[in-house]
Amino acid sequence: MATATHYLTPEESNAHPPLEAVVVRFAGDSGDGMQLTGGQFTLSTALAGNDLATFPDFPAEIRAPQGTTFGVSAFQINFGSSAVDTAGDSPDVLVAMNPAALKTNVADLKPGGLIIADVGEFGARNLAKAGYDANPLEDDSLAKWQLLAFNISQLTLDAVKPFGLGNKEALRCKNMWTLGLALWMFDRDRKPIEDWLRTKFAKAPELAEANIAALDAGHAYGETAEIGGQVHQHHIDPAPAAPGLYRTITGAEAISLGLVAGAQLAGLPMFFGGYPITPASAILHHLSRLKEYGVTTFQAEDEIAAIGSAIGAAYAGSLGVTSSSGPGIALKAEAMGLAIMTELPLVIINSQRGGPSTGLPTKTEQSDLYQAVYGRNGDAPMPVIAARSPADAFDCAIEACRIAVQYMTPVMLLTDGYIANAAEPWKVPRMDGYAPFPVAFHDEPPAEGESVNPYKRDEKLARVWIRPGTPGLMHRIGGIEKNVGTGHIDYSPDNHQTMTDIRAAKVMGVADGVPEQEIELGEAGGRLAVVGWGSTFGPIHQAVRRARGRGADVSHIHIRHIWPMPRNLGDMLRSYDRVIVPEMNKGQLKTVLRDQYLVDARPVTKVSGQPFKIAEIEAAIEEALG
Amino acid sequence: MNEMTKLTAKDFATDQEVRWCPGCGDYAVLKAVQRTMPEIGARPESTVFVSGIGCSSRFPYYMETYGFHTIHGRAPTFATGIKLANPGLDVWIITGDGDALSIGGNHTMHLLRRNLDCQVLLFNNEIYGLTKGQYSPTSRVGTRSPSTPFGSVDRPASPCAFALGSGARFVARGIDVHKNLPEVLKAAHRHKGASFVEIYQNCIVYNDDVFAPFTAKENAGNQLWLGADQPMLFANGAKGLALDAEALTLKVVEVEGGDWEAAGVIVHNPRNRSIAHMLVEMPFGIFPTALGVIYEDPAPTFESAVVEQNRTASLGKNADLQALVSKGQTWMVNSEPHSI
Repeated sequence: MATATHYLTPEESNAHPPLEAVVVRFAGDSGDGMQLTGGQFTLSTALAGNDLATFPDFPAEIRAPQGTTFGVSAFQINFGSSAVDTAGDSPDVLVAMNPAALKTNVADLKPGGLIIADVGEFGARNLAKAGYDANPLEDDSLAKWQLLAFNISQLTLDAVKPFGLGNKEALRCKNMWTLGLALWMFDRDRKPIEDWLRTKFAKAPELAEANIAALDAGHAYGETAEIGGQVHQHHIDPAPAAPGLYRTITGAEAISLGLVAGAQLAGLPMFFGGYPITPASAILHHLSRLKEYGVTTFQAEDEIAAIGSAIGAAYAGSLGVTSSSGPGIALKAEAMGLAIMTELPLVIINSQRGGPSTGLPTKTEQSDLYQAVYGRNGDAPMPVIAARSPADAFDCAIEACRIAVQYMTPVMLLTDGYIANAAEPWKVPRMDGYAPFPVAFHDEPPAEGESVNPYKRDEKLARVWIRPGTPGLMHRIGGIEKNVGTGHIDYSPDNHQTMTDIRAAKVMGVADGVPEQEIELGEAGGRLAVVGWGSTFGPIHQAVRRARGRGADVSHIHIRHIWPMPRNLGDMLRSYDRVIVPEMNKGQLKTVLRDQYLVDARPVTKVSGQPFKIAEIEAAIEEALG
Repeated sequence: MNEMTKLTAKDFATDQEVRWCPGCGDYAVLKAVQRTMPEIGARPESTVFVSGIGCSSRFPYYMETYGFHTIHGRAPTFATGIKLANPGLDVWIITGDGDALSIGGNHTMHLLRRNLDCQVLLFNNEIYGLTKGQYSPTSRVGTRSPSTPFGSVDRPASPCAFALGSGARFVARGIDVHKNLPEVLKAAHRHKGASFVEIYQNCIVYNDDVFAPFTAKENAGNQLWLGADQPMLFANGAKGLALDAEALTLKVVEVEGGDWEAAGVIVHNPRNRSIAHMLVEMPFGIFPTALGVIYEDPAPTFESAVVEQNRTASLGKNADLQALVSKGQTWMVNSEPHSI
């Protein structure tokens, strides 16, 4: 979603999706290197100046049995010469590296779309594994699409022959051959990919050269082969973008960088405690390489130890961070309660995935909103914010750090598997444009005759942060209720009421420091508001834009601050005749909106593990408008 | 309080009323720890007591130091974060048999194998006190409790064997009311790395006198106090431990006229891991209870390795945030956007 980096004219905002956009899906066996192919194609697309959005979709198994439908790994990219908000509903081009990839993906292809298939993999065995009785490349079953079938396997083997690789290794270069063809189709420069291959295979130059040979061969094939006029070169003009330096970024990268930035803006070292879990691990991986930025990473023995260590580090004066996905967040819940009770700053990132339980580890969902807002024992309020896209995750991570240290509270940042893995162009920000929020530790011992009160508060109701090691301020904190005035254990009824009220008021006060809710498209007081949060931004935005293009009175509102919500949101929602809430769960934000504002928010839900399609939301808009 | 102030045990006591049952062994341990603090040169501001949940875990509230009363079984995780964030702090973990070996067994294991520089004081009373008397993972088979009215059937864990098995580099034992406890605590503090101390602690309400067969005055002969390079003698020197070379086990031998060498009594080498395993697993009755420093063999600590890796990985690199966000394959957009 690149709206953040684009100047959108009103005409552009309301235009039908531009024709200058193409959706390509690479699909193959999970060992075929489809994510790599997609990633490199994304890079070349970004370098060509197109706006883009991607959707990597891969199985939970590392290497599912070869040739099976459940082992298919796919990577979809939507790119164009104007703003691209989603990875695209239906591909224009499907690259199918084997029968299983064709079988599981072809139904999504646009009528008249192009299939590129590797005949070399369509033998009897693979056809049977995919459940085909007959070879679909040879009967008429693919008649509604254009079919381009040739022996990519053999062509690759021929291309890399001079490098003397074994058969298996040589066939691994297939993905580069395919990428070469795709680069030709869209008039792309091969040079960055060649550079990347030479770096990647620095220790095995023959592999680098073989892969480059395959890449060149695929490209040359497009240029010279007579491909029946079905395929021709497209040139997608660069998308209009604000001048500046750009790069591609995934959500996991953006969060890692945002946390580093947040720690620097707070003037604190960062401590990250994590435990491997899909799709959150990438954050741990990224941060582990950034030690020179004052980052200490700790791979703990479990999720509880990960958050425990982060809270311990926060107690000792670091910016504590932990990260996980739903099942791991569940394990951390008790410790979150402790961070709330002891009022220590902490950032908790939840890269949501399909649930409940182990659920769909590699698929995306937004079903942890209740868990984030309500999921702890006791009255345990905690600020929650949600990133809408990979690039937005950078600012959200900084915002989470700010709230945590300014309000002395754990903060949960919600992202999801889609945001974590997907890439988009990102206009590199000027870091001096971010206002610092330096932390001042409390280090003044109490006056003679007075005792230390760790629950002394400022105007935000944030308590003082006292680092162990500070002379004269020794104190004890813990999970047991503490006296409002002294910080000593206190079970008395009035005190618990007071402390509970203060904790709630402090968190609700976060809303004082966040910007008012804006309307992404449209204006207040209309017939219909489509309210979203998180990664549904792209499809909602496009759907609303299209509906408005047809003259519909509909607006798009997208909420970053899930808890507490912006002060003006209630009035804004009440100004519309109707409110619908598309989300990838059974209606969780809808519940919170109804509870907070007594508005008749209607759910539009999807829990298939796949992002919303624009068309699905358009249909919901039409239905709501009657 | 300046650096030169001479501190006493009193300086380490808070004004909070201590709320253990009258006669609880925890009082004696608290006194021993408070007495030990000035002797090891501890400073209140750089000392942190971290605990989990249970009777013993109230301990930090009574120490005039920094203190963090955390959640059940997880004290080692908080201690790890504290120590990694500030390796200069002197961290003590106070835990019990349920906290450290039942709900928190996993964290205890990993703390010990990583060798975080801290002291772990495990108050073992072989019972759940705070939840009113259920059997614990160290309770002996047949322990009758509210949850095991017909006697427990599962075999107990041995804290010190667990610690050794987890890779602890310092394992010691003490008794709540015994005069040697401060010496054991001092040795634990001296050791760089995770120091594991099992303290036999009497629960006067739910498990009274469970350790009396060796802690009672009249049974002191069943205590084997170990000293480095000292023969393993007990019962006032009348008995000792020797090695049964054929069975590869320890055996009890009689010592005549103080001639322990003639009796084949072995000398304690705290670095001998095999003997340490035998000492902590000796069945009581046939054997005495081994006390004092059972095993000590220092190794690099976790936090020092982390700090060193952070340092070397950062060498020659500067923390330029603008450079970081601008990394990777980038491209420039120069012209102003056009409208469609």
